[in-house]
Amino acid sequence: MFKAGDYLVLLALCALLLAAFLQLGRRAGEADSVIVRQNGTETIRLPLRLNRRHVARGPLGLTEIEIHNGQARIRRDPSPRQYCVQQGWLRHSGDIAVCLPNRVSIELAGTRQAHDSLAY
Amino acid sequence: MTRSPTERTLQASADDHRIASLAALAIALGMVDAAIPSPLPGVKPGLANIMTLFALHTLGWRAAVWVTLLRVVGAGLLLGSLFTPGFWLSLGGALASLLLLGACRALPARHFSLVSHSLLAAQAHLLGQLLLVRLFLIPYDNILLLFPPLALAALLSGIANGLIASHLVQAHDKD
Repeated sequence: MFKAGDYLVLLALCALLLAAFLQLGRRAGEADSVIVRQNGTETIRLPLRLNRRHVARGPLGLTEIEIHNGQARIRRDPSPRQYCVQQGWLRHSGDIAVCLPNRVSIELAGTRQAHDSLAY
Repeated sequence: MTRSPTERTLQASADDHRIASLAALAIALGMVDAAIPSPLPGVKPGLANIMTLFALHTLGWRAAVWVTLLRVVGAGLLLGSLFTPGFWLSLGGALASLLLLGACRALPARHFSLVSHSLLAAQAHLLGQLLLVRLFLIPYDNILLLFPPLALAALLSGIANGLIASHLVQAHDKD
């Protein structure tokens, strides 16, 4: 049933598959900065290695962004449902928190951007 | 009824009948494929491809192309997915794997069995589909992140279908 060449093909495909999975693991990588956007346009990019707070002014009021220990979160926001605050700390490249009513969003960025969503 | 002078009758050869019955079997297997629940969109056993492989090894590449295209259109009609995105994906995958199977004729049969063909065709099927998705349906590179898990599924189904098809070819050769 199996011939010598079949094992060769199988081995080659397994190697390719392994490489593909390793590549996948590398992509969801470290974040080194946080991008703050207002109305969808980037207003400032803050490094994650410095602990600090940043305040962005939106139509509803002030959105407070906190960076601590290489992570970032929305600390305070005037949006009624507080989704972006409840999202908590963002750690990985590609993580995103959107305060839609106040039109502010933060996104972690690394040297390589990981995926933000998969859709079919 | 008088025969029209321009009437022509097409004689179906024995091979035509074989291709038709293999295509019918492939359509039936395609229905089974569609009925099997899948954990991830895009993961399917691809049982219908057993008939493509069988046709390839008993009747040749041209017959395999016929069986496959008839199956894709036939299954599209039966599933009601003709000319929908799913149909084009199915066609794209089928064409990619047929092209690869055509190229596989260069592999010496002494060292490479049907399982090799099945494995390679399964990956070509996946690549053809992902390429179509990337170009026309979801034009973002992120879609390529689906490749590793889907390629793993294609590897497993490629082995399974290849083994089933080579059993069938052996049984056929004994008759």
